[in-house]
Amino acid sequence: MGDILQPGAMAPDFTAPVTPDQKLSLSDLRGKRVILAFYPADWSPVCGDQMTLYNVVLPEFRKHGAELLGISVDGAWCHQAYAKANQLHFPLIADFHPKGQIAKSYGAYRDNEGVADRALFVLDETGHIVWSYCSPIAVNPGADGILDALEKMPRLEAANV
Amino acid sequence: MSELRFPINDRDHVIGPDDAPVTLVEYGDYQCPHCQAAWPQVELVLRHFGRDLRYAYRHFPISTIHPLAKPAAETAEFAGANGLFWEMHALIFANGHQLSGPTLVALANQLGLDVRQLQDALEQGTYAPKVEADFIGGVRSGVNGTPTFFINGQRHDGSYDAMTLSAAIEAASPGVQPEVVRIPVG
Repeated sequence: MGDILQPGAMAPDFTAPVTPDQKLSLSDLRGKRVILAFYPADWSPVCGDQMTLYNVVLPEFRKHGAELLGISVDGAWCHQAYAKANQLHFPLIADFHPKGQIAKSYGAYRDNEGVADRALFVLDETGHIVWSYCSPIAVNPGADGILDALEKMPRLEAANV
Repeated sequence: MSELRFPINDRDHVIGPDDAPVTLVEYGDYQCPHCQAAWPQVELVLRHFGRDLRYAYRHFPISTIHPLAKPAAETAEFAGANGLFWEMHALIFANGHQLSGPTLVALANQLGLDVRQLQDALEQGTYAPKVEADFIGGVRSGVNGTPTFFINGQRHDGSYDAMTLSAAIEAASPGVQPEVVRIPVG
């Protein structure tokens, strides 16, 4: 496990593919709360799969005004097939080229294995990290820490909801 | 370490005495093959510890990949309202490989339940709030897939086979000894 970025730090910006022909920049989401969920790989066994879990918890995240981005080193085509197979309703970022660059900038890259850690970051509207957590790679961290962090943030202005 | 935020209450389906030294809570999905495989293991664990163990089952339907998980959970709740929760629970898991709307109705019929009442309850979502409440409570407690077990409130991140579960239960409460030591055969 690396030393992941801690609360208070500015979340490093990135621009990377979300589909084979579309890119997304983190800075495009400025003004919104963002959950960054780094994970090692698409296609882990389904019932215990972190992204599948977050997909069903998505309405809870959105109640707190937060957008979710999943990030792994898989390519955009792989992400597309994986998202389709599991009917994921949130973007998956391809940290594919240069491989793991985004994960590295968050201190969440595992050099030996060449994949991202299971690292979670909650960002506020200004792009600062308010909570981060790195789970052992074999343990899906669940969604409780994310929801606790979102609940501790100031109440959303009605206009932002 | 994730912890169970919501202790057992009177809306739970519970096996075992209130004052048992160990409490095992499972969050499961009736359409999940791992949960189907885990139920016979849980049964072994329940027999193994007898009255030293209290067990509760809560719903955690991953409905995006298991469209029948919610209807099945609501069917179990309907059976529960008629005093037959565990009977339906076991039947649904035993028929997990052929789960469908008609299967749920057939199982209700098999238990002598009023099938029209079940269909009305499913259509009107009578038991949906209970299933949803279980799910949200599980999310807030760190349920990270199905099945997820909590032993005396701590999430069990190990395997769900009877040996591993039993070892974890004994570790959680060192005084607890199995009532009957026997090796299940066959």
